[in-house]
Amino acid sequence: MAFIDKIKQLEPDKKKSPFLHTVYDGLFTFLYQPATVNKGGVHVRDGIDLKRTMAMVVLAMQLCYIFGTYNIGHQHFLALGIHEGYFEAIHLKVLFGLTKMLPIWIVTHVVGLGVEFYFAYKKGHAIEEGFLVTGALIPLIMPPDIPLWILAIAVAFAVLFAKEAFGGTGMNIWNIALVARVFVFFAYPGEISGDNSWVAGLDFTNGQVTTDYGGSGWVMGLFDKLWASLGWTTFGPEGVVVDGFSGATPLALAAHGGWEAVTQKYSPSELWWGVIPGSIGETSKPLIIIGALMLIIMRIASWRIMLSMVLGCALTGMLFNAWGFNAYMNVPWIYHFYMGSFFFAMAFMATDPVTASATNTGKWIYGFGIGVVGMIVRVMNPAYPEGWMLAILFMNSFAPLIDYFIVESNMKKRLSRV
Amino acid sequence: MNKTNYRVVFPTLLVILFFETSYAQTTSDTNTIMSRLILVAIIVLLFGFILLIAEKLLQIQAMRSGEKDISAYSIFPQIRNWFHKKPNAYVRDAPIHYLKQGYDLPLNGEPEQQILESTVSRYAINAMDFRGLPPIPKVIVTPGQEVLAGDVLFFDKNNPQVVIVAPVSGEVIEVNRGEKRAISTVVLLADKSIRYKPFLPFDLGTATREQIVNYMCEAGVWPMIIERPFGTIANTHQAPKNIFISCFDSAPLAPDLNFVVRGKETEFQKGLDVLNKLTGGKVHLGLDASGTQPPSEAFTSSFGVEKHWFAGKHPTGNVGIQIHHIDSIKKGHRVWTLGVQEVISIGALFLRQRHEADRLLSIGGSSFLTTGYIKTYIGASLADLTANRVKENSRLISGDVFSGLQETPQGYSHYFNDQISAIPEGNHETLFGWALPRIMPTVSGVFPNKILGDIKFDADTNTNGEPRAFVMTGQYEPMLPMDIYPQLLMKAIITKDIDRMEGLGIQELAEEDIALCEFACTSKQPLQSLLREGLNMIHSES
Repeated sequence: MAFIDKIKQLEPDKKKSPFLHTVYDGLFTFLYQPATVNKGGVHVRDGIDLKRTMAMVVLAMQLCYIFGTYNIGHQHFLALGIHEGYFEAIHLKVLFGLTKMLPIWIVTHVVGLGVEFYFAYKKGHAIEEGFLVTGALIPLIMPPDIPLWILAIAVAFAVLFAKEAFGGTGMNIWNIALVARVFVFFAYPGEISGDNSWVAGLDFTNGQVTTDYGGSGWVMGLFDKLWASLGWTTFGPEGVVVDGFSGATPLALAAHGGWEAVTQKYSPSELWWGVIPGSIGETSKPLIIIGALMLIIMRIASWRIMLSMVLGCALTGMLFNAWGFNAYMNVPWIYHFYMGSFFFAMAFMATDPVTASATNTGKWIYGFGIGVVGMIVRVMNPAYPEGWMLAILFMNSFAPLIDYFIVESNMKKRLSRV
Repeated sequence: MNKTNYRVVFPTLLVILFFETSYAQTTSDTNTIMSRLILVAIIVLLFGFILLIAEKLLQIQAMRSGEKDISAYSIFPQIRNWFHKKPNAYVRDAPIHYLKQGYDLPLNGEPEQQILESTVSRYAINAMDFRGLPPIPKVIVTPGQEVLAGDVLFFDKNNPQVVIVAPVSGEVIEVNRGEKRAISTVVLLADKSIRYKPFLPFDLGTATREQIVNYMCEAGVWPMIIERPFGTIANTHQAPKNIFISCFDSAPLAPDLNFVVRGKETEFQKGLDVLNKLTGGKVHLGLDASGTQPPSEAFTSSFGVEKHWFAGKHPTGNVGIQIHHIDSIKKGHRVWTLGVQEVISIGALFLRQRHEADRLLSIGGSSFLTTGYIKTYIGASLADLTANRVKENSRLISGDVFSGLQETPQGYSHYFNDQISAIPEGNHETLFGWALPRIMPTVSGVFPNKILGDIKFDADTNTNGEPRAFVMTGQYEPMLPMDIYPQLLMKAIITKDIDRMEGLGIQELAEEDIALCEFACTSKQPLQSLLREGLNMIHSES
């Protein structure tokens, strides 16, 4: 207890320095669960609180983080045509992944938490945990080569306009992480679409594609010395990309040549396990499903949304199969789950409780709607290769309306009993 | 529609499905399989749609012929019913309301079925326990005055007929006033043996409703009746639609009402007879169908009442939940509710012509050194009740740990409570308390004890986190076995939208019903006080 007393002595005066007090409060409640007791109302409360809930969501994403970091490096070396085996030169792949992942993570949190702390101080209430999850999600849905300044602007935009403008945690209409992504998507489409954005560390500006380690080249140099002394493989001099390389994602291929075109480049098991180019955290399906199951077992995320979203996606896929208008529609519906970021959107994006429907019936409609709309955008819209981001934002906007009708019918039922 | 019919319909459907798909598989082309499957799906959907319409027509017809529970008139299988455990033998063939929502918080310190010795010398009646009593009731006793059990202490200024009487005989030692001279408590120093004020004999058979009401008011048992929706003292002029009595308490550490009613069977039945004369509707008893032992004969063999069996977790034993499933409160309706011991007091009045305010209080919770039951009277002093029985740094609660009232050790048990709980105070910090895997009471799946199975807790009063905005959804619904959206209702109260509150069913709720939602709330919102705020808003409107 001596340690905690020392920390308590540090507490700044709330009136004199409110900002410092907000920061102190945030850090203290991070270290210790406070000693407040229930007053009026219930005397015993559930052990769960928002901090733990959010921490559990972040925990559920950790496998995606680990795999994402590895996959950044793996895709890079695949493009170079070296270390093609999955377990070859893992140290290089992970290190390269970290040089991409860490700056993204740090920038996201510094910018996001900065805005969050400032608003908590301005409003005079405690720092809410909502950004923990948003901040963990944003790096996973960005391309590995995203310029950090664009990321910073996107995060600031999302937190300011999608969250604080609506009143902070719990009040937002749209999923904040997706607003950040949609901002990049529409403001800087070159960075987050096309065939050249998904494999990191390549320079496409000249006729010949070369490796480009950018500002982090010194890290490679530093570690190369270490690894050389250990006798391990090193990054070596900057290389040239193999002939015929294309960083096209399965979705881009499917849009032009259907399932045939996809299987020419990627096998279904590659798609399933996620050793393909894509946003950092969304490629590996089994790892996402593990996270999703974790959230369902902990009763944090709604299984209704997830299940109905799968149903919506599968049904639309079947309908497209039956329709069969073009090659993309003929992609067997089951393989739509293998491509793109369906599972990531399902597990971590659509289930955001703040922006989803609040009623259980509403959740079924909401999830199903995302499944259908996402597939329509994916298959029928030539401009956007992937649909879940737009589908979720679209259904986010409709979630209050869905709830409104469900509540109205509940009210009508009750009043008609008079 | 009985069970045999859907047992025919569904296998037939399955057979059709099976043959259709196996036929489709003979052609190798996936597209053909797909289109066949879709065709089958469409046929099944169409068939289901026709069935749905047929069911609705059936239910409309049932409703027209005055059937209340239309859920029995269904073509579709009530799959839910297949998964119920076999009902306990003592229920026999009576229908059971299975309520799947709720949670039984396993706490240490269940009251043992033993009578504890205790000498209580002080009793107090708290005017705040009676809702609808104006803030300053007229006190007619002064400190030092001697009273008999049944003598008037104070009365309602707006309706002088409604009097609050002394539960015991003795000397008035304090009349405590709170803010703005509103009286808070009248404290009595009890005699060693209670002397009762005699009331005139009363013939229940020939009496009119008005005479019964007057007699009950005079003897001071009237305030024992609570009127819903607002939880006020019952209106003397207006007969209720129905009267509801829950014969079991599902709250944590709650007294076993079968034990409480033992030896009071005659009084209980007499009380029911009296209540039957007060309502134009019926007296409904809620019985426990999930206990291992059958409920007391006093409940199951009582006559002149409607019995309803309920099986489920807490808050199934709450009378509000039972009302919702028996005959829910509609706008403008008034119903009365009573506890079992209140019914016994009313019965005793008509049997022995005196105000008997005996209460068997249960003593439970991990902070008590011994648990059990104490025979005492309404408003017993907690200092006397819990002397040498309670550990340091504990919280005393009059009522259960969800909806009871916090009391100081110098306090008194409240008028309507038949339970005293004591649990440790949680006034300590926990290092990384929000992140460590701890053993804690929870309805979520976040804690390791979810895997370890049923563990009994020494739960303390820590908030286990800080208050936050509503973030999670769908958390309250599994805690409230009613067709109500609690979270949306709470938002309607916050926005002071009275039409919406009424539409969402606020009049069906009381604090105790919503307490479990408050327990489960991730955002630590004060739902019970919010609900009362909303009820007050509506009450002052009407």
